[in-house]
Amino acid sequence: MGTERINASRRNFLKKSAVLAGTMVATSAAEPFNAVLFAANQPDKAKPWYGIGIDIEKCIGCGYCAKACKLENDVPREPFFFRSWVEQYTIKNDGSLKVESPNGGIDGQKQTVPEDEIFKTFFVPKMCNHCEKSPCVQVCPVGATYDSPEGIVLVDEKYCIGCRYCIQACPYGCRYIHPIKKTVDKCTLCYHRIKKGLAPACFEVCPTGARIYGDLNEKDGVMHKFLKEHNCHVLKPNLNTDSKLFYNGLSAEVR
Amino acid sequence: MEHLYEMLSKVDGYIYPNEIELNWSILIVLYPYITGLVAGAFILASLERVFKIEVLKPTYHLALLTALAFLLVAAMPLVSHLGHPLRSYEIMTTPQPQSAMAIFGFIYLWYLMVVLLLEIWFDYRRDLVLWSKEKKGVLRIIYKILSLGVTDLSKKTLAWDEKLGYFITVVGIPSAFLLHGYVGFIFGSIKANPWWSTVLMPVIFLFSAMVSGIALVMFLYMIVSWIRKVKIDMPCLDEVGKFLFYVLVLDFTLESLDQVHRIYEAEESFEILHLLVTGKLTYTLFIFQGLLGTIVPIITLGIFRIHKPKESIRKPLYLMSSLLVLMGIFFMRWNVVVGGQLFSKSFLGFTSFKIGMIGLEGYLMAAFWIILPFIILAFLLWLLPPWKKHSEEHI
Amino acid sequence: MPPQLKTLLPLMVVFIGLFILARHFLIPESFGKYGHYRANSMDEIAAIPANYAGKAKCVECHEPEATKLDSDLHSGLTCEVCHGPGAQHILDPKIKGTLLKPGSREFCGTCHSLNPARKTEVINQIDTKEHHPEKSNCIDCHNPHAVWELKE
Repeated sequence: MGTERINASRRNFLKKSAVLAGTMVATSAAEPFNAVLFAANQPDKAKPWYGIGIDIEKCIGCGYCAKACKLENDVPREPFFFRSWVEQYTIKNDGSLKVESPNGGIDGQKQTVPEDEIFKTFFVPKMCNHCEKSPCVQVCPVGATYDSPEGIVLVDEKYCIGCRYCIQACPYGCRYIHPIKKTVDKCTLCYHRIKKGLAPACFEVCPTGARIYGDLNEKDGVMHKFLKEHNCHVLKPNLNTDSKLFYNGLSAEVR
Repeated sequence: MEHLYEMLSKVDGYIYPNEIELNWSILIVLYPYITGLVAGAFILASLERVFKIEVLKPTYHLALLTALAFLLVAAMPLVSHLGHPLRSYEIMTTPQPQSAMAIFGFIYLWYLMVVLLLEIWFDYRRDLVLWSKEKKGVLRIIYKILSLGVTDLSKKTLAWDEKLGYFITVVGIPSAFLLHGYVGFIFGSIKANPWWSTVLMPVIFLFSAMVSGIALVMFLYMIVSWIRKVKIDMPCLDEVGKFLFYVLVLDFTLESLDQVHRIYEAEESFEILHLLVTGKLTYTLFIFQGLLGTIVPIITLGIFRIHKPKESIRKPLYLMSSLLVLMGIFFMRWNVVVGGQLFSKSFLGFTSFKIGMIGLEGYLMAAFWIILPFIILAFLLWLLPPWKKHSEEHI
Repeated sequence: MPPQLKTLLPLMVVFIGLFILARHFLIPESFGKYGHYRANSMDEIAAIPANYAGKAKCVECHEPEATKLDSDLHSGLTCEVCHGPGAQHILDPKIKGTLLKPGSREFCGTCHSLNPARKTEVINQIDTKEHHPEKSNCIDCHNPHAVWELKE
């Protein structure tokens, strides 16, 4: 009689754990792990969701993008603060790497390394990546920086207290303190131009069409085409920022 | 902005153009230092109250008042460093729930109002009421206000003082951990910066806070006793030294673990961090924080565990150890905050640290913020002297 | 209830009440509409005037130059990349001061000077010092709007 009772409780236990295990397996199969390959996780399909594409093979390092950005957005002309800048990478034959960005590249760039020592050299334009999971938005203590419904990361200069936490959190070095306003400033993807139907200044002036921007929601739009036709990379993918700035031709050395 | 041009010429390698200027300077080194002193002093006080380590009693009130004096100043370096200090109320009205920094307003208020002020009030209430009867003039009014009008000194009410004070202290211990632990989390959670981003950061910050707080109380106890021309209670001082030794060993172990782990895994950032530590941080890390701030005090206090020399040798050695530890922990904060900004996030270069004498982020400003708590403490010790507290039998 | 709590608890309630009241007045309007931020700031940023007008605007008046540009290799360029931001000029065509009329070796060399990082398929490059040193500026020979239409 005693053994029957024990067997019954053991049976119950086994039944319960089997049901639990089965549910776990079933639900995990119902929603398989969905690694988002490019930031296609559009919050609201009705609205545009902006992404950026930069083709390194087409960039000639003229720096007009950086210059236009400064002129368009009244960024201080000193060589310190840039919403967008151009870097010149030079890999020498001995394997050493030299990166430079004199004055952010706004006056163009010269190659000072003699040609016979160069293994490989290219330009990399940089700007805010407008990350979907931006670490800068995550750390703002008051909500002065945010991800707009169009996927653009903006700063509310009337609300920013200037604590500089977001500048520390940005892995790409895109933010700075405006020396006069004393609030944080950064690339806004020329939000004020996009809203008027104009292209952002840096995309407007690029002479080779190395920079494109567009709606990631738009099927067969420019961004989808760019992503399909090229092998694109983002900077620092290991940090999982879900950057929406896709580079074509990003070499392994680029930081 | 001329100083930036000068810094531009000192750039070593490649930095992102916006990284030229360090965003968090000496004021942000001071803030964790001061809150660390607060948390550490409070923990020492709670050792006596909650864990009933009676021999520490002479330092109990001193530790509490020290914690209060430093906490009152703690927020000031933060607010004065902001680009828009007048907007700092926004952290209280609209704290962004995902940000570790947003917790600052509430944890600070909680710790100040509920933990420290209440504990001191419960402990001093009886004396406040008695002093309000004994003193004359303005002081009489001040003590009356401080007693909040709760003048009942019956045995039952006094027992409540004890019970509630004990409860607050118990609540205060995790609050102290939170007060300083969140600062460690602020740094430890920044994945963009590999010098800061480590799981151990909140724990390291907490233990170094305890070390600095205990050292501060040790130092102040000796100084205050010397000023008052009163004999130092050596068993108490020895006990404080004992706790300082053990926590110092723990702190050193944690920091070493962090570094060993970093060296072993040698991730992408290792090359630049190695250059940082062996280059720009050589003096501040190895000499000031490591050798002088940690190793020498550990050896000194450790020897006392085995062989206690006579009092006339122990006293100056305790003084020296506490000062060395205080300096060492300051440099630990320096190495974390400033060190983390000296190298570029491109891992390809370094910028330089520039600080002036005057200006909102200059040496003089920092000196002001660190000296002010001592002045406040002197005032508190005059207003609420622990040694003039009425004995138990006094009616 | 002990007298301490009889005094402290009401004090706490008053304090918290004052805080909630202050919060009501201090939180700006439109905060929280779309997320933890002031929604009006998006409109404020959108209202900033643009400095670059865009090629379409230039073409409205300067058709001959635009047609010329379309005929040759510089067709992909906007007007403002060489001439500078033109929004002021669109508002008041008399304002021309900020617009540039460049053509020096240094200016054209920003894009066309020899640089190993530039792919020759993407852009023609010359040594700005050695290319026809007898002429002082590039536009002495090259019409910037029709670059292979050489003078003499």
